[in-house]
Amino acid sequence: MEFTGAQILMKVLKEEGVDTIFGYPGGAVIDLYDELGRTDINHILVRHEQGAVHAADGYARASGKTGVCLVTSGPGATNTVTGIASAYSDSIPVVVITGQVPSKLIGNDAFQEVDIVGITRPCTKHNYLVKDIKDLAYIVKEAFYIAASGRPGPVLIDIPKDLTVALAKYEVPDKIELKSYNPTYQPNVKQLQKVVQLIQKAKKPVIFAGGGIILSKASEQLTTLAKRSSIPVTGSLMGLGGFPGTDSLWLGMLGMHGTYRANMAVSEADLLIAVGVRFDDRVTGKLDEFAANATIVQIDIDPTSIHKNIPVSVPVVGDAKISLEILNQLIEKQGFKDIETQRKPWLDTIYNWKKETPLTYKQTDIIKPQFVVEQLYEVTNGEAIITTEVGQNQMWAAQYYHLSKPNHWITSGGLGVMGFGLPAAIGAQVACPDKTVVDIAGDGSIQMNSQELATAVQYGLPVKIVILNNRFLGMVRQWQELFYDKRYSHTKMEHAPDFIKLAEAYGAVGLRTEKPSEVKDVLKKGLSIPKTVIMEFIVDREESVYPMVPAGAPITQMLLV
Amino acid sequence: MAEKRHIFSILVDNKPGVLSGIVGLFSGRGYNIESLCVAETNEPDVSRITMVSIGAKPVIEQIKKQLYKLINVIKVNDLTETEYVQRELILIKVTAKQDQRAEILRIVDIFRGKIVDVGFEHYTIEVTGPVEKLAAILKMLKPMGIKDVARTGNIALPRNL
Ligand SMILES: Cc1ncc(C[n+]2csc(CCOP(=O)(O)OP(=O)(O)O)c2C)c(N)n1
Repeated sequence: MEFTGAQILMKVLKEEGVDTIFGYPGGAVIDLYDELGRTDINHILVRHEQGAVHAADGYARASGKTGVCLVTSGPGATNTVTGIASAYSDSIPVVVITGQVPSKLIGNDAFQEVDIVGITRPCTKHNYLVKDIKDLAYIVKEAFYIAASGRPGPVLIDIPKDLTVALAKYEVPDKIELKSYNPTYQPNVKQLQKVVQLIQKAKKPVIFAGGGIILSKASEQLTTLAKRSSIPVTGSLMGLGGFPGTDSLWLGMLGMHGTYRANMAVSEADLLIAVGVRFDDRVTGKLDEFAANATIVQIDIDPTSIHKNIPVSVPVVGDAKISLEILNQLIEKQGFKDIETQRKPWLDTIYNWKKETPLTYKQTDIIKPQFVVEQLYEVTNGEAIITTEVGQNQMWAAQYYHLSKPNHWITSGGLGVMGFGLPAAIGAQVACPDKTVVDIAGDGSIQMNSQELATAVQYGLPVKIVILNNRFLGMVRQWQELFYDKRYSHTKMEHAPDFIKLAEAYGAVGLRTEKPSEVKDVLKKGLSIPKTVIMEFIVDREESVYPMVPAGAPITQMLLV
Repeated sequence: MAEKRHIFSILVDNKPGVLSGIVGLFSGRGYNIESLCVAETNEPDVSRITMVSIGAKPVIEQIKKQLYKLINVIKVNDLTETEYVQRELILIKVTAKQDQRAEILRIVDIFRGKIVDVGFEHYTIEVTGPVEKLAAILKMLKPMGIKDVARTGNIALPRNL
């Protein structure tokens, strides 16, 4: 029996367990949409294709599954590029299916033709132009395998329109095996044995956990390692929630807006165990002074992450979860004794750093943005899924919403895409209908994809949007204040929509306050409404994020409040 | 750190877009390409890319790992780490007036080259060899007047028994 390309695509998607697609139709995919309409796959019609990819990204991070997008050729495809690049930077498994003009028109500058495979080559883990209907099924299957395995990432499949109606037998391999792609999951145990010795000897060890912990679902193993060996833990922006943010061993985030104690601890450490991180420049500051006193162990599934920015003494290529599991077993065998006594001076030093230089701000009669995040943390018991926009709002969310669980923190870390948070929240809410999902936003960022309010309302998604409105492109203003003599060149956002009316125009609910005394009530009220709600807080215009390490300086050089 | 010349022998799936991915990797990450040569191997679905690049050790290490990360790259060999043979083919169009012809023929003979085309005022010469040899013949022919040169870029294979 033969099937159309559209039918074949739907069959593979079903086999891959896809239950939701975020997309937007158009001419080149009209036959795919026709077939999609006959399946029971849930489709979320976004309002802009960038939103579709961010939503799929949010869905993937909240659910641990692969997110899927479907868009048309030309502008539909180019609109996905920012979303794809963000997912690529953050190693998020997303499969993006784009329509393409009919095969015989490819290369003719046809209507709505772009070379999306060429455009996205540097920002996808892999991509395909399907040339023969016979290849379609295995390409789709292979795409899902590549997206989710090894270091995950986005994969794009470009399908010419004629193939969606062409006929072929349905033939797919049970298992994908590629001679040229075979990620290393199993670590070298000898290397891990060295790590055990290092941990036992170390006086000032620190664990540095990144997004790899979340992606490989290794939080439990990480927590065991830290507790069993009394090692304090810091995290990259992507690693937040991988270790309980309320634990006494938690140091807070590392880097440009890291905590004083995290930056100091890493700088003084004699052993740094880095897991699932890539030593981004926002984390390391000046490279040659980063962890300069430490023996560095790096565990990562991607060999290119190792030795890329920071020379490493003990490289371990492997899956974070498997590696930490083995490491924990080796430590059990070794049976560390009195490790707590051995660590006491180090943990005392860290405690003093925390006591003397904590994260702090002063609440006055104007609302401080940090206060809003703290109140949100309290009102939600720290259990909400938090997405963010980009800028100060993102950093305050990272600092003051003490994330304690994996898959509850969804932010555009690597690419820093303003406009990410709302569509990502939509994706997360679709994945977790019973959870509270909150987008912590700036007034600038929210305007970049606010059209997705319509999507949220159409599908009855009760996402909550907390706007920290400072009438500035705050993070850029902060740099201008600190490094450009307060020349606020084009960062004033004097005019914004009335966010209450905006919410109402879309059929959502809008709340606002400028009084510190009302912050909690507004949050409580907004969170209790089972609808899409914008809560706008008029905050101190010139509040800045501290600590701050100037770009390129060593991370011990922190500007404090 | 000192920069060195490295010859990568890269086996890849013989599919459209693969070469573009490799070239894009080099341009996107600011790596050097000195020469590049691509053709099928004895297995028709596998191509060999021979690429010469210059860089310090950590950069060369990254290049190798980044190449491996591309899904269609099967094997990457840095031949400079092993014993290898390398060859390049060059075509040289050189001015050949009557009174120069004997001298040119002598030079071509010494380098075991061939005259593959003759005109009233020129010879086209074919020579193969490692880079140094090609540099030497170019130097010898320069005084005659070189009109044009086309080179294939390096190809190489490891030596083994
Ligand atoms: C798409 C995009 N354009 C520009 C930037 C540069 N940028 C980084 S933070 C920022 C300001 C964000 O302002 P807002 O959303 O109001 O948040 P705030 O910093 O005030 O909390 C800008 C413009 C970016 N990250 N993303």
